[in-house]
Amino acid sequence: MTFGNWFAVLVALVVAAEFVRMLRRRALAQERWRRFFRHRTTSWGLGILTFLVLVALAAPLVAPFDPNRQLDIVHLTNRAPSWTFPLGTDPLSRDVWSRTAYGARVSLGIGALGALVAVALGTLVGAIAGYYRRWIDSVLMRGVDVGLALPRIFILLMAVALWDGLPFAALVITIGLTSWFGTSRLVRAEVLALRQRDFVVAARALGADSGRVIFRHVLPNAAAPIIVSAALGVGNVLLLEASLSFLGIGIAPPDASWGNMIADGAPAIYTAPWSTLFPGLAIALVVMSLNAVADGVRDALDPRETP
Amino acid sequence: MTGGGGGRWLARRLAQSVAIIFAVVTFIFILIHLAPGRPCSENLDPRVCAQLSAQFGLDKPIVVQYWRYLVELAHGNLGMSFSLRRPVWDALVETVPFTLQLAGAALLLDFLLGLALGIYQASRANRLPDVILGNATLFIYSLPTFWLALILLLVFGEKLHWFPVGGASDPIFCPVVDSLYCVADRFWHLVLPAATLGVVGAAGTARFQRAAMLEVASQDYVRTARAKGVSERQIVLRHQLRNALLSFITRFGLAFPFLLTGAVLVETIFAWPGMGRLAFDAILTRDYPLVTASALIASTVVVAGNLLADILLGVADPRLRVHSTADADVVTA
Repeated sequence: MTFGNWFAVLVALVVAAEFVRMLRRRALAQERWRRFFRHRTTSWGLGILTFLVLVALAAPLVAPFDPNRQLDIVHLTNRAPSWTFPLGTDPLSRDVWSRTAYGARVSLGIGALGALVAVALGTLVGAIAGYYRRWIDSVLMRGVDVGLALPRIFILLMAVALWDGLPFAALVITIGLTSWFGTSRLVRAEVLALRQRDFVVAARALGADSGRVIFRHVLPNAAAPIIVSAALGVGNVLLLEASLSFLGIGIAPPDASWGNMIADGAPAIYTAPWSTLFPGLAIALVVMSLNAVADGVRDALDPRETP
Repeated sequence: MTGGGGGRWLARRLAQSVAIIFAVVTFIFILIHLAPGRPCSENLDPRVCAQLSAQFGLDKPIVVQYWRYLVELAHGNLGMSFSLRRPVWDALVETVPFTLQLAGAALLLDFLLGLALGIYQASRANRLPDVILGNATLFIYSLPTFWLALILLLVFGEKLHWFPVGGASDPIFCPVVDSLYCVADRFWHLVLPAATLGVVGAAGTARFQRAAMLEVASQDYVRTARAKGVSERQIVLRHQLRNALLSFITRFGLAFPFLLTGAVLVETIFAWPGMGRLAFDAILTRDYPLVTASALIASTVVVAGNLLADILLGVADPRLRVHSTADADVVTA
């Protein structure tokens, strides 16, 4: 690892820390945002997420080597962490740190996009079912019942294994399509409660059409649970992708995702644990940070005071 | 659930559950037949493949195959596995007990440890033990189970040699469990896989239970009890815990999907001869009857878990005893 790479990592760390500090300073002005930062874990989570997103974006700057290049298959396999290879090298002599940095793009990308698909779909279905009620509600919610009973890992394994490795976009959509059921139930319950409220009734009485009522009046007031389930969704999708890649049917090699890095390192775990250890820690850090941020959002947007 | 209303409610929920399982099986059946690729391996002579396909009825239209499958299913016949060349039922009877042992042990650890931690944390809310445990459970809850499995295997299996690194029993001394030693041997093999699933689950349960206990703690009846001079121990056990357990029952119903997903990964890593690994191999070899049967069992477990949670909730919480005798659901308060 060159001086430039270390410097880039340092810059990312400083920027992440400063970003969180700036947000906290702004937050003091407003009661709701003060609640968001009430637990120290939320600040840490936000900082870690910012840092890892920066690393993913600036992967060419922080990574000293081509992530897929086998540097020296004879002499440089399973090297322990050192100044040149800060996280060691894997059984194919690739630099683990470079792969972790580039893998962040894939893993965080799938997590964010998959959760986006899932939450968008779940919100839409939940809002339609809750708003129109009657037979639309019955049909959609029976479908959701079936979706929740589907063993999701089976569906994903089948989709991915039977179609012989899906491209990135198809993987995102498949994961998104199998992850929205919980969100839709949540949103439906919120919408059912909100549609009775005076401001919604008033909007309808003034002649607003259903689309406008749903998107301008109802959904903004159901934002809290939607944001929380989006934050948790990113973590879940990321774990799911990692599991699939670990089983050898997610992101196709040689491209790195944190899941297939663990799979690559696993056979050599007794002699070179670092190539398994670090990608797993990266996954745990991201999921933990997302959980912490979700806790913060819940505190900030939940009107009830929770201890 | 008093009288006929409860019975009718149960009948309706049972019918719903059966319908859901039926829909899942149909969905899986369609999905697997839509996928490209046939069960024959690539080296197989196409003529032999055609003959085998005809023998298993795979050359028929999908509707006919589906109908035949349903008829067989109604007779309790799950079909023949292509890859194992034996009835699916036999393969499942052999593997399901292993998954049940694994999931049962994991569930036990999950709930006992999780409940204990959650109750302890709530009683020390926002003080040092709670903060430390809160951070620890947040971290453990976020770990990928398959990664934790590998790390436990590395530390306790390979480095410390405390536990075996795979399998369900000693292949030389205990090919079948026929002595006390072999029962102990099974438990010894069970520790690491069950701990992997149980510890991650327990961290989630602890977080959930802590929140539920604190939610109840701000209720009026807890304040009243405290004002009456009820001892703190009695408040925690009789007033807080009993009511917090209601939301715990819901969590119990939701634990099954997590265990099933985990079982596929953990069984693969620990070479545990359970249903998860069987199903995974079946998917890779396009063993249609075996895949459909595994999905049938998995969805039945999930649906049954939800149903059980609903029934338990009705038993435990008098406020939820719903009479569905009239056209509207009337909640007796």
